[in-house]
Amino acid sequence: MNNHKTINITLKVWRQQSPEDRGRFEIIPVEGVDTHSSFLEMLDFLNEKLILQDKEPIEFDNDCREGICGTCGMMVDGIPHGHGKGMTICQLHMREFNDGATVVVEPFRARAYKVIQDLIVDRSPLEKIIQAGGYISVNTGGAPDANAIPVGQEKVEEAMDAAACIGCGACVASCPNASAMLFVSAKVSQLALLPQGRPEANIRVLAMLKEMDACGFGNCTNHRVCEAACPKEVSISHIARFNREFLKAGLFGRSTMDK
Amino acid sequence: MWVPKNPGDNRRPNDIPANERDYYLEKKYPSFGNLVPRDVASRNAKQQCDAGKGVGPTGRAVYLDFMQAIKRDGKAAIARKYGNLFDMYRNIIDEDPYETPMMIYPAAHFTLGGLWVAYNLMGNVPGLFVLGEANFSDHGANRLGASALMQGLADGYFVVPYTLAGYLGDAGNSDVAEDHPVFNESIQSMNTHIEKLLSINGKRTVEDIHRELGRVMEDHVGLARNEAGLKKAIEQIKEIRAEFWENVKVAGPSDRHRLNLQKAGRLADFLELDELMAIDALNRRESCGGHLRTEAESEDGEAIRDDDNFCHVSAWEYKGEGTEPELHREPLVFENVKLTQRSYK
Repeated sequence: MNNHKTINITLKVWRQQSPEDRGRFEIIPVEGVDTHSSFLEMLDFLNEKLILQDKEPIEFDNDCREGICGTCGMMVDGIPHGHGKGMTICQLHMREFNDGATVVVEPFRARAYKVIQDLIVDRSPLEKIIQAGGYISVNTGGAPDANAIPVGQEKVEEAMDAAACIGCGACVASCPNASAMLFVSAKVSQLALLPQGRPEANIRVLAMLKEMDACGFGNCTNHRVCEAACPKEVSISHIARFNREFLKAGLFGRSTMDK
Repeated sequence: MWVPKNPGDNRRPNDIPANERDYYLEKKYPSFGNLVPRDVASRNAKQQCDAGKGVGPTGRAVYLDFMQAIKRDGKAAIARKYGNLFDMYRNIIDEDPYETPMMIYPAAHFTLGGLWVAYNLMGNVPGLFVLGEANFSDHGANRLGASALMQGLADGYFVVPYTLAGYLGDAGNSDVAEDHPVFNESIQSMNTHIEKLLSINGKRTVEDIHRELGRVMEDHVGLARNEAGLKKAIEQIKEIRAEFWENVKVAGPSDRHRLNLQKAGRLADFLELDELMAIDALNRRESCGGHLRTEAESEDGEAIRDDDNFCHVSAWEYKGEGTEPELHREPLVFENVKLTQRSYK
């Protein structure tokens, strides 16, 4: 806390006015960056200056700024959420950058993600995949007793590890195939591990996979870059569980799927 | 939780011996110690800092010290319970909380919703249901607003499946279309609002004015407030609002995604809501929830409620721009539980 200082950096940042615009890199020097500010606070600091100079501020998605909402995300020096391990870009601080550094900032890129403006991309295809089956059906009316279905602690922990996925979409941006497999498998795995998720397990895995393909995401060829890029360190073992769920649904779940 | 006994003692926390530390919560609340509820803990932390005993570069922090707990239970046990919080602290402050005490200070929670609803969770606009933390229906001992998790579960699981479905069943299908005059009027007024924000083209950014408003709220409408401070705050908010509408600079154009325009719209709302919060606080001449009214404080610094005069919810009705809001009192009736004074001594 006492090693308080400021640095000067040069941003090479992607500017694109609309989905139709071709887009280009703009080089912007940023002077006097407080090393205790986060990466997004550095962008705020720059945007304040740009606005007062009658220039257009850099648009980027953000919300909670504590790494739990999944709204922020951008490529920093070619890495989704920058080089901080197990953190989102809002959690990466400027002390992790050298004075005089050139920092390249781009939006998440994938065929399924349309650039809306500057660093903001449309990640609604991830929502579509959830809508296809990433839930359990519950009847309205009297709520069931909380302890009616016992679940072992180990299963709870595993399901929680999968549920740590915040849906930021960094896995897609890191993957050479632009596959959403880590995201989809985390959602499938979380529900497959719990008794409440079993009744619809077969329908779920097939429906979510189908939607993932329809949205234009690629498939998984085990590069494992997603696991390294994931801010919540979701393990690719969930992809293995996804594959088992898929196989089971294919072998034994035909009749349920056809409904 | 502690601060150095001598204000301005700038040794590293681990170098300050136990007899030169003031464990103020344990001293003041012997039976609850560091486990007092968060409003009491927050108020006492702020009091220490206001008295000049705060630590760190800003003086706005007290030490939250896990060293004894780590020695007693082991690092693994503490990491299992609080690992993610410790990681967040390390990211932000660049110090290892397993090795050195953490610096903490109470900050404003997000503004809780507080919209008036009837028992079925429908607001005063027919068909507009307000669910979860956005409504005012649940109050707790240490908060004046609502509760995210409890209300998310209770409203979503127990109330709305009946009341919303019931409303839709009674209301039937509506033939209101997008060319309805009211719909057009709303679009018109929203466009006027946006154009107005963009046309001011002053000299101060939205963030700059927001920070100024935040300081007023923190100083006068925060954990501890009094009549003089609240009256001052209401005047200051009016001035900041006038400044906003004359001198804000919002980046355009409006036909593209504008984070800055969104923020400007929100700040315009905050400038109205914050004034209402100050008016409400001024009106409530008792200490209630997490908020201490300094006129209603016991000799040893505890909050004093006034159930004879303030055992009610204050629901304020919006009467249009520039008009004072109207107060509706909704009495709080306790049938099975008797109201008592909390004590953590």
